[in-house]
Formats: sequence, C-alpha cells, structure tokens
Amino acid sequence: MADGLYADGIAAGRLPGEDYEKNFADLHPPLDGHEARVEADRCYFCYDAPCMTACPTSIDIPMFIRQIATGNALGSAKTIFDQNILGGMCARVCPTETLCEEACVREEAEGKPVQIGRLQRFATDAAMQAQRQFYQRGAASGKTVAIVGAGPAGLACAHRLAMHGHAVTIYEAREKSGGLNEFGIAAYKTPDGFAQAEVYYVTAIGGITIERGKALGRDIALAELARAHDAVFLGMGLAGVNALRAEGEDVDGVENAVDYIAMLRQADDLGRLPIGRRVVVIGGGMTAIDAAVQARLLGAEEVTICYRRGQEQMNASQFEQDLAASKGVAIRHWLQPKRVIAENGRVTGIELEYTVLSNGRLAGTGETLTLKADQVFKAIGQSFDAAGLNGSGAAVALTGGRIQVDGEGRTSMPKVWAGGDCIAGGDDLTVSAVAQGRDGAESIHRALAG
Amino acid sequence: MADIRSVFAGIKSPNPFWLASAPPTDKAYNVERAYKAGWGGVVWKTLGEDGPPVVNVNGPRYGAIWGADRRLLGLNNIELITDRDLHLNLREIKQVKKNWPDRALVVSLMVPCEEQAWKAILPLVEETGADGVELNFGCPHGMSERGMGSAVGQVPDYVEMVVRWCKQTTRMPVITKLTPNITDIRQPARAAHRAGSDAVSLINTINSITGVNLDTFAPEPTIDGKGSHGGFCGPAVKPIALHMVSEIARDPETAGLPISGIGGITTWRDAAEFLALGAGNLQVCTAAMTYGFKVVQEMIEGLQNWMDAKGHASLDDVIGRAAPNLREWQHLNLNYVAKARIDQDMCIKCGRCHIACEDTSHQAITAMVDGKRHFEVMEEECVGCNLCVNVCPVDGCIDMVPLAAGTLDKRTGATVSADYANWTTHPNNPMAAAAK
Repeated sequence: MADGLYADGIAAGRLPGEDYEKNFADLHPPLDGHEARVEADRCYFCYDAPCMTACPTSIDIPMFIRQIATGNALGSAKTIFDQNILGGMCARVCPTETLCEEACVREEAEGKPVQIGRLQRFATDAAMQAQRQFYQRGAASGKTVAIVGAGPAGLACAHRLAMHGHAVTIYEAREKSGGLNEFGIAAYKTPDGFAQAEVYYVTAIGGITIERGKALGRDIALAELARAHDAVFLGMGLAGVNALRAEGEDVDGVENAVDYIAMLRQADDLGRLPIGRRVVVIGGGMTAIDAAVQARLLGAEEVTICYRRGQEQMNASQFEQDLAASKGVAIRHWLQPKRVIAENGRVTGIELEYTVLSNGRLAGTGETLTLKADQVFKAIGQSFDAAGLNGSGAAVALTGGRIQVDGEGRTSMPKVWAGGDCIAGGDDLTVSAVAQGRDGAESIHRALAG
Repeated sequence: MADIRSVFAGIKSPNPFWLASAPPTDKAYNVERAYKAGWGGVVWKTLGEDGPPVVNVNGPRYGAIWGADRRLLGLNNIELITDRDLHLNLREIKQVKKNWPDRALVVSLMVPCEEQAWKAILPLVEETGADGVELNFGCPHGMSERGMGSAVGQVPDYVEMVVRWCKQTTRMPVITKLTPNITDIRQPARAAHRAGSDAVSLINTINSITGVNLDTFAPEPTIDGKGSHGGFCGPAVKPIALHMVSEIARDPETAGLPISGIGGITTWRDAAEFLALGAGNLQVCTAAMTYGFKVVQEMIEGLQNWMDAKGHASLDDVIGRAAPNLREWQHLNLNYVAKARIDQDMCIKCGRCHIACEDTSHQAITAMVDGKRHFEVMEEECVGCNLCVNVCPVDGCIDMVPLAAGTLDKRTGATVSADYANWTTHPNNPMAAAAK
C-alpha cells in the first residue's frame, strides 16, 4: 500500500515534515516598515471615508493609515483599538475584500484598494509587540458582570466593561479562551499562537477573570448568573452543526468541518493529523473554504467543494474562492448531497444530485453524480444550541433559532444582553461580534450607571 | 523632427540640456559619462583660486525631503566648490573639451571679490579652450560666509563690479549665475546686464534646512550633532525658479539678455515650461543626481515629440512664448468667470473636493444628494477658485469651465460680459482710473 500522498483512506504524514510549516505559514506576511509606508501613502484620507462606513466597528481607517504614514505606528494602533480591541485578529481574518477594501475609493479608481487589513496588522502588531497598553481599568464601580463565552464578542465586551470599572467574570466552555479565533479560523490566517497572545493583551487591562471549562447549562445556569451579577452578556457563539440531510451520513469519515478545524488548530504536530486522500467538503461559506484549503495543505490529493447553489450565491468571498482554487481545491456548484456511500461503516464516496433554481426555489434535477471520498466534511452552517439557555430556567426569546436582541443588544430577559454569532440577524463575522460585544458593554454600563 | 540645437550666448550645443555646476560635473570621469549619455553641455563644477583647495565636511553633505513612495522632491547640500586642485581641473577641462568639441563646456568660477583674483584665473580657463565661464554668485552656504557666492549675488553693485572685471579680462562669454536668496531678482540681473554680462543663469539654490532630527534635536543634514543651512534644489523649487526666470524675461531693462533656466527641471515638460517663460537653455542637476545621466534622453525625446506635435520647428519658436501672457494681477480680466465641474464618471467619491471646499473655502460642493454619496458643484456658491481641482486625486476629473459671455453667473446673479475689464477700472478700486 502506498505511503504519503497516495496512501488510501485517512492517513497522517502525507507530506515531508518540512512542508507543513511552509504550507501553514502566514497567508499574508506582515508588511515591513517600508512596505507599510508606501502602502499608507496610497490612502487618500477620504472625507467621510467609505472604508470606515463599511467597517462594522467603524474604525477611523484614514486616520490610522495617516498615522502609519507619519511614522506613528503606536498612535495608529490606538486609533484602531479605540473602536476594536481585537483589531489585531480582525486585521488577519476580516474578509476585507467585502468590507473596507471593497469600499476603498482606490478599488473604484484602479481596482486595487489600499491594503487596509495588512496596514491594520502592521499597526496593531507594533503595539502588541511593544506590549503597549493604551487603556486603564476604570475606578471600581462595585458592579459585576458575567460573560458567557471568551470569544470575540465576550472579550470585546469584557474589555470595555473593565474600562468602565466593572468586575468581569467570563465563563468559557472550553479549556482555552479565544472562541473561534482559537478554534475556528484557518491556521494560516493566524499562526504563531496569535489568538492566545491577543487574549492576553486584551485581558491585561485587569478586572477580567476567565473561568475555563464552564459551559452554560452544564456547569453554570443563566438564572444563577443573573442573580449573582448585575448583568450578563451572552456571547457563546454557535455550538450546533447543521446536518447534511443525506442518507447514511452517520458513518466514519463524515465529520463536522468546524470540529476538524478545531482539532487542526490545537494540533502540536500537523504531520500527525490524519486527512483523507480524497476529501469532499459540502458547503459554500468560509468554513467550507477553510476546511478544503487546509485539507489540501495537509496533503489530501483531491479536494472538492460541492455547493448546492451557484458561484454568485457562495458566502465565501471571491478572494477566498480564488485562494481555494490556487491551492488546488476544485469548487463545484449546483450539487447537493443525496447519499453517503460507505463500506464497512466507513465512507467511500458521496452521491450528489444536480440542482436548478426553478421559480426561485432550489430543486434537484434527478441526475446524480458520485464522487469518491475517504472523508466528507460538513460545512453547511452552524446553529445555535439553545439547550443550555432555557434549560437554565428563565426564558430567553429566540428568533430564527438564535437569541433575539434589541438595538442595544438586550435580550428579552432582564439584565441579560447578547452578541456575536449567537444572536439573530448576525453575519457570522469576527468583526461584527467585536462590535456587538463593545456596544453591549456600553449598553450595560449605561444601565448600571443609571 | 524638431531641431533642438542650441546657441546660447554664442555657445553651441547639440541640445539645450546642460548639466549645472555641481557634483556631477566635478571631474572628467563624470563629464565624459554625461556627454556619452547625451547631455548637450556641462558647466564644470566651480573652480576657486589657485592654492590649497577648499575642504568639505566628511559627514553628510545632502539632506532631502520626499513625497509618497519616498520620491525625492527636494535636495539640499552643504558641499562647497571643487575640493580638487585647480590645475588638475584645468588639465581635465582642456582634455575633455578636446575629446568632445561639439559639446558645450562652460567653467564655473568663484574667487574672492577682488579684481586681481578674477583677473588671475580667467586666462587659465581661457587657455583650456572652454566655451565660456559662469560666475558663481549663487551658492548660499559656506563660501558665502567667506564673502563669495551669494554674498556677492545679493549685492547688485558687487555683481556689476565683478562682471565688469571679467568682461574686461576675457574674450569668453560670461554667464552670471544668480542667487534666489534676494527680494527682487531683477536687480542683480540688471546689474549683470549693465556690466555687459552675456547671459544670466538662475536659480542657484535656496537657503534651507531640510529637517530636524527629533531624537537629537539637530538640524539635518547633521554633522557631529550640528547642522548648517544648505542650498535647496530639485522639483520643489521649480515654481520659484519659473517665476524668477519670467521676471527677468519680462523686464524691459534686461530685454534680450539670454537666460539659462535652472531649478527643478526633471522632465521634458519642465524644460519646455522654462523655455516658454523665456529661458534660452536649461541646466539640470538634481534629476541627474537622483536618477543618473540617462534622464536626459527622455528630456530630449520628449521635447522633440512635443515640438513636433505642436509644429515648433526650432527652440526659437518656443523660447519666451509664454512670457507675454504673464501679467500683473491688476491686469487680469475680472469679467472672466469659470466654475468647477466634476465629471461624475471619473469621480471615485473620495470626497476631498467637498471637504476642502466645505472646511476651507466656499461651501460649494455637495457630499450627499438624495441620501447618496455624491459630489457636485453648486454653481451658485462656486467662486472658481480651483482648489477642488488641485486636491482631486484623479487627473482630469474636475475641470474649470469658463462661462460663455451672455450666460448667467448663478453666484452673482450677473450676466457674464464679453468685455475685458480689470481692477484698474473696477468701481471698488479707490485708485481706479475712471474711464470717462
């Protein structure tokens, strides 16, 4: 039986050892000082800048870029952190091509926007490497706030609450903080333990305690949190994964993409992480791309993304799709999973049905296609797991399966706010979670002060 | 193809592009490389009087300012005249002139402001076969402290005196190089003209400090923690140089005096502008020091292309053509009305026109129309100031459109007149010469 690249089934060590480091290196290497200066000089310092409007956290982008251009990287970092304390991660993972950089007037002028994300990284890296803290914990207010989830929303919320002097306890279900930043994002977007470094940087303000291994509904109850604290902020993200709804999907080798990515992110040695020779990823969003690209980078010979709609409907940005293509991932459209084919309880292939849009509804054509597969990743979206919530006792109203909030992030339950992916109407972006965490904190602060 | 051969103050060169007296022309090695690259002439770096040569600092001699992408916009120097032996320079000049008979070779001179000093050096230069001399009354640093360079150029009487000594002594054409560090550039030009100077050249460098090191609080360039003002040149000085050239070109007292235009010439376009305002030829330094001698090829080629496109057969068809269009403010037509117009197809919606107008000018450009980001000129507010054109990052996106005679100026409510009328007859002018 062949080894390495051509080993059948799911196997570890498909690549020579040194390839893993190379494959999982920084997708966008940091700009050096000269590159940053040159790029910053391209910014027009627009009036009422479209990039700023496009940023969910409303960072004053023209100002922070101008500060880089004038050799004031630390001032630039503060401009960023004033609006987005997780500006370092957002610089790495934001789909800037559909946010600030899409809005950049240089995109309209020449199809080449200012590289805002990379400039943001330049500035935030400078501050974090210098361990420069710009904010102090406010004078103790005597109030305590519980936050559920140490992901982007929870961390942003905690930091802003600490600035206002409230004592914060974050309850995190996992044994490590960071949420999707730590467990959910492709490794090449945030290498070198950045997620943990950022957790450290954010919590260094003081007044924030993180209790790990504490899951809502298992170890802690919402009613108890609300009773014991002056306010609660829910930022626990999405724990559920949507099913394929394909026949026979409960066999070995059919896995949740998010779980696989989490495993990959925590792996000490990628060479020991098994991956299929032929991998099929079902889905059309960022998670599908992250899973597919990383499968290729781990040495999978054939990786195919199958999405049930067309290219225009994919949630993954054009940049992400191009990235996948450049890594040798095939993206196929108008195919929905029909049946998982297995032998001896292990997946060997997947039967897919062609789809069409008829009268605005997606329908199978009856024609099918079978792809060989040693491993199938489900990446068709995540869902909010409400079990831990209402099981706690008090009812928190949901909309569309996620937590319903008002314009300030307040849930239907008194003293309880929510933000991030777990709320209804979210766009599943790190940067939006940060904005909601920050704004939730301000709302909590107003309520506590009032 | 346009004929760009040049005859300047009797000195012939195959094109009007000379290298100015500066480091690029300090020795035979550089000058021969320049000729090979195509330069029409050089002004050999300034020679001083016989004896031990001057010395230069051993630290930085140059400072600079930069634009985006570190493009050099202005250069400053504290280098002195040649620090090589006089006779070595003279030997090289003689040999180079012999090797390159078709190129102009003018020798820059700076000796103490004494008749004997000038009369001693001129025959030595004459003996080399050089085409002429340029009197360096311009350098504003170092030598000026010793009573030379701009210390002479700032006193028209001294200029006249020294030029007179030179004209009495030599048959060679004398070009007088002027300092811009003076209030009225026409005064030293007139003095040179009175004394019989065959031409003037300008501008020499402008007194400057390019920056301050904020760690050491030392001016730059910094020599052992201290700085000294230097001479500023390069693209940043071009507008000042153009103005000074035109002042002399338009001055009736110096009518016909050839002018060698110097100051930030970097491209053929710069060169054409100097010619149009009255320069008879051109001297270049910073562009060569930034990019090397090859830049002259673009200048030659570009100038010829432009002349061909416009039907200008020779330099004489161009020289001074713009000078008559330079007027005093009081003679500008106040009945001319122009309004900014933004080409919406070209607009990239950066909003700089709006904020410049809104914050600092006349509140004449929208930012939002019907809830959409939209930048448009409100003619009823626009005074036609041109600031929006200047701050717009897209070339050609905003135009100044003149209103035709007979149309309504929405700002003033008056109909645009076809007649010319200026301040001298304007009713608001208390000094108006009322036309009765």
